[in-house]
Amino acid sequence: MIPIEYYLSLSAFMFIVGVVGVLTRRNAIIVFMSIELMLNSANLTLVAFSSYLGNPIGQIFVFFVMTVAAAEAAIGLAIIISLFRNKKTVNIDEINILKW
Amino acid sequence: MSLNFILFLIFAFIAATSAVLMITRKSAIIAALFLILNFAALSGLYLTLNAQFIAVVQVIVYAGAIMVLFLFVIMLLRPSDEQSIFDDNPKLKWLATFVGVLVFAQILAIIFIGRPSDGLTPDLQRSIEVGTIEAIGRELYTTYLIPFQSAAFLLLAATIGALILAKKKLED
Amino acid sequence: MSIWLQILISLVQILFTASIILVTVAYLVYFERKISAWAQNRIGPNRVGPYGLLQPFADVLKLFFKEDIVPHAANKPIHTLAPILALVIALSTFAVIPIGPPIYIFDLKIPLVVADVNMGILYILALTSVGVYAITFSGWSSGSKYSLLGGIRSSAQMISYEISMGFSIAGVLIFSESLRPMEIVNSQAGFMWNAFVQPIGFITFVVAAFAETNRLPFDLPEAEPELVGGYHTEYSSMKFAAFFLAEYANMIIAAGLIVTLYLGGWQIPYIENLGLSYTLTTSLQILGFFVKMAAVLFFIIWVRWSLPRFRYDQLMNIGWKVMFPLSLLNLIWVAILVMLMN
Repeated sequence: MIPIEYYLSLSAFMFIVGVVGVLTRRNAIIVFMSIELMLNSANLTLVAFSSYLGNPIGQIFVFFVMTVAAAEAAIGLAIIISLFRNKKTVNIDEINILKW
Repeated sequence: MSLNFILFLIFAFIAATSAVLMITRKSAIIAALFLILNFAALSGLYLTLNAQFIAVVQVIVYAGAIMVLFLFVIMLLRPSDEQSIFDDNPKLKWLATFVGVLVFAQILAIIFIGRPSDGLTPDLQRSIEVGTIEAIGRELYTTYLIPFQSAAFLLLAATIGALILAKKKLED
Repeated sequence: MSIWLQILISLVQILFTASIILVTVAYLVYFERKISAWAQNRIGPNRVGPYGLLQPFADVLKLFFKEDIVPHAANKPIHTLAPILALVIALSTFAVIPIGPPIYIFDLKIPLVVADVNMGILYILALTSVGVYAITFSGWSSGSKYSLLGGIRSSAQMISYEISMGFSIAGVLIFSESLRPMEIVNSQAGFMWNAFVQPIGFITFVVAAFAETNRLPFDLPEAEPELVGGYHTEYSSMKFAAFFLAEYANMIIAAGLIVTLYLGGWQIPYIENLGLSYTLTTSLQILGFFVKMAAVLFFIIWVRWSLPRFRYDQLMNIGWKVMFPLSLLNLIWVAILVMLMN
């Protein structure tokens, strides 16, 4: 089988790309998508170890991560919609009403 | 080079490039498109790891449900494209990229110094058994029954929450 | 069996299935026009070839030689990608539907399904959920409000009806204890067809299949009076043909799925008791599959020319407030049945 380091490196790369996306982008929806990317890179690590160790727990954990991600996406996008309705923007720099 | 390794290289390349393209596109729709491509490549990677159930669920849940929701919201709100990605406060952005590269190098160093594959004795037959829907279903409905039920409850709560949040006005 | 032989067999199967679908699509269009003519007391296509039988080829040639127009406001790469995606998904879904029992050629067991995978049903669900993108992207990338509205309507409709479809399929899966389409067919031996065992699930599934394939009474994504043409308003030439093909291929897949999941697949009840030879039994069973599929396809076309279109809010109401609870009810019914049988 392929050395597990390759999967881990790819996962690390995707995670870092997600982090950079969260830090640099100003569109709330794209920030949110970067978070999904980070969740997925963590999933890749879990599945890789699960497969290499022959233990289903990693894949079951991924299953739960996906459930949480689905719930999170529904709630997060609902929040973005209500934000857009009130502020007419999804730029997170302009949503600073709690900042002073 | 085995067939599996070639497949890994192809999918890894697609996943990595689409991730980078995702965070550098101006238009949110194009970014979502690349994220979908990334999820599809991940699903292929799961198949090279013999995790067939997770691979299919990845397509159904992420590509089929979550990203459709994203696209829907993007089309509904039609947010204007950001002027430029590295426009306002470029210093902060280059700093973020620099820190990202640094952390990535650090993680790579940890992975290749630690060499987790040294202690692993992967068993192909066992990994195929583990990834089937039967094996995962058995665990899910016996050992992890309570987490499974809580996950279902969480989804219900999220549905109600999303409905209330996205509604125009709450009736008094 | 060597790997090359296996690849060769798969290739032959893929070519065979794809050509069956393409030819069936061509004649499905012809029969749809003939049946609609019959329903409206007209004659229908009768000029090209005897009884108009060459009409589909004339249509394809016409589409082929038309100019390919891309609107100025369109996003070109995605505008091109969408019809390709639609066609690829429509053609690859049929891979897991078994059309007959395994056949033997020179002691070589060949299953009559392109991919006999143990995740067959999940594979179909995955592809249908990805199929939403083709329509959403075509709607968005055309840069026209009619297309966009059609695309958004369609994605909302497909997501809503996927839920009741999934729950109806769950009832079948509980009964067959497998996600392999071959096993699902085997579990319906004799008259244990799922359509009889779980009639509510059958009805919800058929309704969901209508909605997923955008057929009347659920063809809101392309409702001509309100949306001009819907998501494919801005398409012409071969791109339009790709959407057209995909739509009819989806219809064939829906019929194949209804037959496989609910009408016993290729099984003919008690045929094995007649004492016929294996070859004859197998050929009759394959013929049985196609006869059942043709009957379902006729039903789909018949409904199109009999029922009016739903309004959008009615469609959503039916999906969420009627079909979804009914499919849950079906699930409870199947659970009780399985408990009593053990």
